[in-house]
Amino acid sequence: MNLFRNVVFIAAIAGLVAGVVLASMQAYATVPLILKAEVYEQAGGGHHHDDAAPAATDTNAMSTAAPAGNAMSSAAPAPAQAAAPAAEDEGWSPADGFERFAFSVLANIVTGIGFALILVAVSEFAGGIGNWRQGVFWGLAGFAVFTLAPGLGLPPELPAMPAADLTQRQIWWWATVAATAAGLGLIAFRKSLPLAILGVALIVAPHVVGAPQPDSFETAIPEGLHHQFVVAVTLTNLVFWLVLGVVVGVVRGRFTGTATSLRDSFA
Amino acid sequence: MNTASVSLGASVSSQSRFMQLALAAFLGIFVMGFVGFSHIDAVHNAAHDYRHSMAFPCH
Repeated sequence: MNLFRNVVFIAAIAGLVAGVVLASMQAYATVPLILKAEVYEQAGGGHHHDDAAPAATDTNAMSTAAPAGNAMSSAAPAPAQAAAPAAEDEGWSPADGFERFAFSVLANIVTGIGFALILVAVSEFAGGIGNWRQGVFWGLAGFAVFTLAPGLGLPPELPAMPAADLTQRQIWWWATVAATAAGLGLIAFRKSLPLAILGVALIVAPHVVGAPQPDSFETAIPEGLHHQFVVAVTLTNLVFWLVLGVVVGVVRGRFTGTATSLRDSFA
Repeated sequence: MNTASVSLGASVSSQSRFMQLALAAFLGIFVMGFVGFSHIDAVHNAAHDYRHSMAFPCH
């Protein structure tokens, strides 16, 4: 498990550095906008997430399936609507201020290491990120796969903004990430025109299918605030991925420079 | 570009190499999936600002 250990080690360093950088940027660029949006969210009386569509189909199914569904279908929407705002209050959540910030930093570092593991492992299949310049390009690829592509269909959203069913959006998000990664891989690493065309098709396909969208885009959030948030999220993620790629390139360069001795000393 | 041909685990067999890299990638996907996509309330609340800031589907 020599290789595995080296990959984890490099990913841990890169994820830690990039995660701390991202958390610092978020503290200034995105979190203040989230807090502003939460003022609108509270003023609007809880969550405005669009659970209307699935709820409607549920009650339809109930009333057609159950003969005694009248009582059910009239009773069902009430708890569902009551549950929506309550869901935010339920369960443990960090106290505002330092605790909330600390958990955001932790989430940044932990997922930073997760992203780094994926980046290092995938890039090793293609020969590895040899230096900081290659890291820049791998970072750009990661940004395109994990931020740009899913963000086209599902733009960064603030609290209190309407959105389609969560699980459907998560499925579309993962499918788009996978298709974009595969498409970029085909274009970059197969020297074949038909495969490059297939790669482009893979990148375009999720957007032809289309991301799950809410029934209505009506929201109390001002358009300007949302636009500012989209720009902030996109740019902070760009810097995160560039830092991640560069740090992997630098750390890995040091590793491979002394690879034999490292293997011997830790094996 | 010479360094690109130097790989991290040059001495291991290609099958073992594949398994170890796949395991690392899977671990990464699991970690970010849990923090960013888990439906557990406490996990969601802890990483709430992070999820919004990463444009992960949230709520």
